[in-house]
Amino acid sequence: MSESKALSFHVPAPAVRPGGTPDFSDVKISSAGEVERPPVDVAPEKIREHAFKIIRVLDRNSQAVGPWAGLLSDAELLEGLRHMMTLRAFDARMQMAQRQGKTSFYMQHMGEEAVSCAFRKALEKGDMNFPTYRQAGLLIADGYPMLDMMNQIYSNELDPMKGRQLPVMYSSREHGFFSISGNLATQYIQAVGWAMASAIKGDSRIAAGWIGDGSTAESDFHAALVFASTYKAPVVLNIVNNQWAISTFQGIARGGSGTFAARGLGFGIPALRVDGNDYPAVHAVAKWAVERARRNLGPTLVEYVTYRVGAHSTSDDPSAYRPKTESDGWPLGDPVLRLKNHLILRGVWSEERHKQAEAEIMSEVIAVQKEAETHGTLHTGPHPSARDMFEGVFEEMPPHLRRQRQQGGV
Amino acid sequence: MPRKTMVEAIRDAMDVCMKRDDNVVVFGEDVGYFGGVFRCTQGLQQKYGSNRVFDTPINESGIVGAAVGMAAYGLRPCVEIQFADYMYPAYDQIVSEAARLRYRSNGQFIAPIVVRMPTGGGIFGGQTHSQSPEALFTHVSGLKTVVPSNPYDAKGLLISAIEDNDPVIFLEPKRLYNGPFDGHHERPVTPWARHALGEVPDGHYTVPLGKAAIRREGSAVTVLAYGTMVYVAEAAAEETSIDAEIIDLRTLLPYDLDTIVASVKKTGRCVVVHEATLTSGYGAELSALVQENCFYNLEAPVMRVTGWDTPYPHAQEWDYFPGPARVGRALKAVMEA
Repeated sequence: MSESKALSFHVPAPAVRPGGTPDFSDVKISSAGEVERPPVDVAPEKIREHAFKIIRVLDRNSQAVGPWAGLLSDAELLEGLRHMMTLRAFDARMQMAQRQGKTSFYMQHMGEEAVSCAFRKALEKGDMNFPTYRQAGLLIADGYPMLDMMNQIYSNELDPMKGRQLPVMYSSREHGFFSISGNLATQYIQAVGWAMASAIKGDSRIAAGWIGDGSTAESDFHAALVFASTYKAPVVLNIVNNQWAISTFQGIARGGSGTFAARGLGFGIPALRVDGNDYPAVHAVAKWAVERARRNLGPTLVEYVTYRVGAHSTSDDPSAYRPKTESDGWPLGDPVLRLKNHLILRGVWSEERHKQAEAEIMSEVIAVQKEAETHGTLHTGPHPSARDMFEGVFEEMPPHLRRQRQQGGV
Repeated sequence: MPRKTMVEAIRDAMDVCMKRDDNVVVFGEDVGYFGGVFRCTQGLQQKYGSNRVFDTPINESGIVGAAVGMAAYGLRPCVEIQFADYMYPAYDQIVSEAARLRYRSNGQFIAPIVVRMPTGGGIFGGQTHSQSPEALFTHVSGLKTVVPSNPYDAKGLLISAIEDNDPVIFLEPKRLYNGPFDGHHERPVTPWARHALGEVPDGHYTVPLGKAAIRREGSAVTVLAYGTMVYVAEAAAEETSIDAEIIDLRTLLPYDLDTIVASVKKTGRCVVVHEATLTSGYGAELSALVQENCFYNLEAPVMRVTGWDTPYPHAQEWDYFPGPARVGRALKAVMEA
C-alpha cells in the first residue's frame, strides 16, 4: 500500500478582509516603459511574457516613457481627460438619482474610466463594441448624447429602449455599441461572430468584445476564444480585471493561472496586459490590437489591470467583504489624477483649469439631468406606453400577442 | 414533379436561399466538407465555398452565439445543432440573446437566424438522440418554433424561416428524413418517393409560418399533431375507423388558432398527440387553448397522448413511443366519453 494522506480542499481567499490593512504586495507591477512594443505581426509565442507583465506609459513622476508612449497629441489627451471626468460626474449624479428614488438601479465606473474612454479612441467609425454594463465610456468618448443615457436610466418617455431594459443596459448601433444583456459573457462570443461576419464579407471593420474578470469563468468566454482562434477573427478580446466580481475576489475566477491574459496563450492568441489606469497605455495597446485585427492578423486578448473603486452596483455594500480603504492602497492609482498630473507636467493643464473643468462638466451634467427629468423618471412624470411592452417581441405582432394586448386593456 | 426525401428537401431549401442571398451562411459541427451527419448540407460547401458553409468547433453556445453576432452585423445564419438533445449548452444564447435582441434593443439589433436541429425518437436513439424539446422553445417569448412533417413542407417552411426576420427554431424529425413513419416499426419503411408530399418543386417557394395544414378531413374528432405523430395519427384513424380530422400544426409558435378552433367546433372532440413528455409539454398549451376557445362545443374532455414523463429509454423504445395503438385507444376513449 502506498502512503496517502487525506485530501484537502482548496478555496482561494483574498489576502485581506474587512478590518484588515489593504495589501497589494502580491501584485507584480512592471515599471513604466519597461515592456517592449512588438511589431503587430509578431508570432504569439514570441510575446508570451507580455501576458504576465503590465504595459505602462505614465511613470511615478507623471512622465510618459517607453515604446508605448507618444501616440497622442496634447489635444487628444485633454479630450481624454474630459471624457473620463464626464463619465465620473455622470456616475456621481446617477448614483445620487438612484438614492433619491428617481431610478431603480445604477452601476458606477469609478476607477475604471480610462479603460473604455481610451479604447473608444483607438477604434474607427463602423467598428462594433460588445460591451458589458461597465463600459459607458465607450459611449461618452464617442459623443453619444448623455441625455439619451439618462432617459434610458430613468425609463422615461424618451427612453430609447422604451422602458424595457434595466438602467445602464444601453444600445446604440450608430455608436458601435451593441445592446447590453444582463446575462454575463454572452456578448463575448457574439463579438467574435460579428468579426467573423466582417471577414466573410471582406469588410474592413473590426469588433471588440468586453468581459470582466469574474465572467471569464463563464462558458462563453471559452467559446469566444476557441472561435476567435479557429477563424482568426478580427476581434479585440478585452478583459477588464478590476479585482472583484461583486464580493468575489479575482482569484476565484483566475484560479491557478498566473493572469487572465495568460488564458489566451493556450489558444494561440497573442495576449497583453496593460495598466488600466493609464490612459495613454490603454490607448496604445488598444491601437496595437485594433491594427492587428484590421490587418487581418487575427484576434488579440488584452487584460486591463485596474480596480473597482465603487460598489458593484447601487444594490451592493463592499464594506461587507473588503477593507473600506482598500482602493486607496491600489498601486496603480486613479486614472483621472494620473492623466491630469501628466498634462500639468506637459504644461498644457493646471490645478486651476482642472477645478474649473470639474465645475463646468458637473454643471453640464446637471443641466442635462434637469432636461431628462422633464421627460419623467421611473416613478413620476411621463413614461413609455404600456402598448410598447407588446411591440418588438417579433417583427410583426402575432395573433396571440395581439389578443393579450387587448386583454391588457392597452 | 421531382421526388425528394426530407433530407434532400432541406438541403434544397438552403441551396435556394444561399443562391438568392449572399448573406445566408450555413455552419455547425460536421456541416462543411462532410455535408452533415444526416447529409443535410452535402455539396453546399463545394458549391458556395468555405466562406459560407463551414465546420465549427464542438461548442453549441459558440455556434448560436456567433450566429447572433453575425446577425447583428447583417448576415442571415442558418446553423445546425447536430441533435436537439445537444442544444442545452446553447440555451442561454437562444433564450437570453437571440429571442430578446429585437425587444431589448428596441429594434436596433435583430437576430434573423435559423437554428436547425434533428429531433424526435423512434430510431433507438436512447436518451440523447431522441428528445423532443419543443416546449422549451415555445415557452420563450421572441422565438418561432417550426416542425415540418414532409419534404414539401420542410423545404417551404425552411425557406420561410431563413427569410424571416425573427429567430426560428427549426426542428426536423429525423425519423422522417427518409420516409414517413406511422409507428409500425415491424413493417418496412416506405420511401418519400411513394408519398404525395415527397413531390418537391425545384426553385423558390414558401410555406407560410403560423399556418396549420389539415391532413385528413373528418367529422368525429380533431387530432392535433406535428412531426412524426401526424402519420401515427393517420394510421390510428384508419385502424379504428374513426373519422378523425388530423391537423398538422407545422408551426408551434405562432400557432394557427383559427384552424384548430374551427375544427374542434365542428367535431366537438379533441386529442392532442406528441412524442415529447407529458407534463408541461406543448400539448398542455394546446389542450388549454381548445378548452378556452371551444368549451361549449366540447362533448368530451380533451385527451393527450404523449411520451411518458421519463427520460427517453433505449430498450423500451416501442413502449415509450406513442404508437398507433395508444393513439387509437385515445380516439376510442374520446368517442365513448
